[in-house]
Amino acid sequence: MAGTSNPTQIDGQLFEFLLRQGDNVLVLGHRTSEWCGVAPALEEDIALTNTALDLIGQTQLWLGYAGEVEGKGRSANDLAFLRDVYDFRNVLMLEVPNEDFGRTLMRQFLFDAFQVPWLTALCASSNQNVADIAAKSVKEAIYHLDRSTETVIALGDGTEESNARMQSALDYLWPYVGELFGEDDVDKAMHEAGVAPMPATLRGDWETTVNSTLSQACLTLPDSKFAHSGGRTGFRHTEHLGHMLATMQTLQRSYPGAAW
Amino acid sequence: MYAQMVKSEATKDDPAKLAAFQVRIDAGEKIEPKDWMPEGYRKTLIRQVGQHAHSEIVGQLPEGNWITRAPTLERKANLLAKVQDEAGHGLYLYCAAETLGVSRDEMTEMLLDGRMKYSSIFNYPTLTWADMGAVGWLVDGAAIMNQVPLQRTSYGPYARAMVRVCKEESFHQRQGFHIMMAMVNGNAEQKRMAQDALNRTWYPALMMFGPSDKDSVHSSQSMAWKIKINTNDELRQKFVDETVPQAEYLGLTIPDEGLTWNEETGHYDYTEPDWNEFFDVISGNGPCNVDRLSARQKAWDDGAWLRDAMTAHAAKKATRNLAAE
Repeated sequence: MAGTSNPTQIDGQLFEFLLRQGDNVLVLGHRTSEWCGVAPALEEDIALTNTALDLIGQTQLWLGYAGEVEGKGRSANDLAFLRDVYDFRNVLMLEVPNEDFGRTLMRQFLFDAFQVPWLTALCASSNQNVADIAAKSVKEAIYHLDRSTETVIALGDGTEESNARMQSALDYLWPYVGELFGEDDVDKAMHEAGVAPMPATLRGDWETTVNSTLSQACLTLPDSKFAHSGGRTGFRHTEHLGHMLATMQTLQRSYPGAAW
Repeated sequence: MYAQMVKSEATKDDPAKLAAFQVRIDAGEKIEPKDWMPEGYRKTLIRQVGQHAHSEIVGQLPEGNWITRAPTLERKANLLAKVQDEAGHGLYLYCAAETLGVSRDEMTEMLLDGRMKYSSIFNYPTLTWADMGAVGWLVDGAAIMNQVPLQRTSYGPYARAMVRVCKEESFHQRQGFHIMMAMVNGNAEQKRMAQDALNRTWYPALMMFGPSDKDSVHSSQSMAWKIKINTNDELRQKFVDETVPQAEYLGLTIPDEGLTWNEETGHYDYTEPDWNEFFDVISGNGPCNVDRLSARQKAWDDGAWLRDAMTAHAAKKATRNLAAE
């Protein structure tokens, strides 16, 4: 229980937990923002930018609170723009490149299908700040899931080409989904403190959503159970994250201390 | 953004109908999609509204260039929201143009094959973060000058689209000015970026109003039809008069040695932009014309499978629903 643990250790684990939440939405928000202005149709451009805006807004909340918990005076911006690859705690699936719009939407769907039950559970967190951020974010996530579900079904069902693209996106992303349900000491500590459930307990809900959607989308669930890991612990990211950060952090890194 | 150099199309309609139409325009009535209108009026509007829509869409690119490099989360969100507004403006304007009988896809094809244009300003590069300030402050500022009068334009759907567009544009201009404020209050490098962005954006912004009235022979019919409300020079002068004090407030120098306050006219005298450069840019030789169009072409080509799939899915769904009934 929380009361029996060292408070500093709990704060450290809460900080890690908050970075995982914040980095997931920061990194995915960045990837979706890459489509702004060049999406395949104006309606998609506008909708995906909305998603990016929601995710950046959520990032400000999670990382802002992470900075408070850490207690070293770092702001959300400091955490977003002045950490290097090994300090990021997002799952790997969110940092791989967009490739085509199909992969972008498939990733969005696989993540949204996790995020809705996850944030819903966090609304009951023993930590009021976590519960408040989750309550605000889940409304957006429900909307994102509605949209990504609809799009994945349409593109899977659409034409032979679109079906092949969506299947290939699913096959590419599949080895990355397992990391969403990983468990380690941080997860255990959060569970024991009543901050969050164990992610693995959401797998059933997630599979129900995913199976139903992919079947309507005429797509085949890959057989493999293999799961890449290393993002949420920071142990080993993909090569792609460094390039994203080089772009994202360029001004903060090039002009240290400047106010923008 | 806005439409430059749109020629009024000749019209060969029945003189009695034309005269009656002109009476409606002069009385300040709005022309609606199902009303009779001269062929030249329709064609001119399609060109102008279409060019305006294309300017919004191509205009996403120079600012989109900095979304992934925005320096803070707040700036990134603001810039995303702004570029998204531009997509929204494009959407309203394409819808307004569609009421004149031309589809969005047809207009897109005309943009891509060069039959339709977009504003010259978007053929200039955005090189530093200060360009996000300068574009908002000056380019959106100039766009507002052009668009505020268009809220009173005679074609109803265009006028109504402009009402919403103008509200958002003034927000964008303030956002750009705030970026400039942060830059001029920043370190020496930021101040240098701000001045450099002003140096590069000033004359292209003046060009946004189109050539001098004496060289712009196509305005009179458009003005009579209230498709265009003010002359190019009137709007340009208003823009200079409003912008000079703002530059002074920022502590930046407008790159025009000839800029002086004229007591007699009550306006600033200023140096005309290099119109040869303007004509080079609109004929395809601006610094970014090729890149901008190829970015639009790529987005269009890469998105074809998705648009086809959406259409195919909608058709299948309709068939399934019909079968289920």
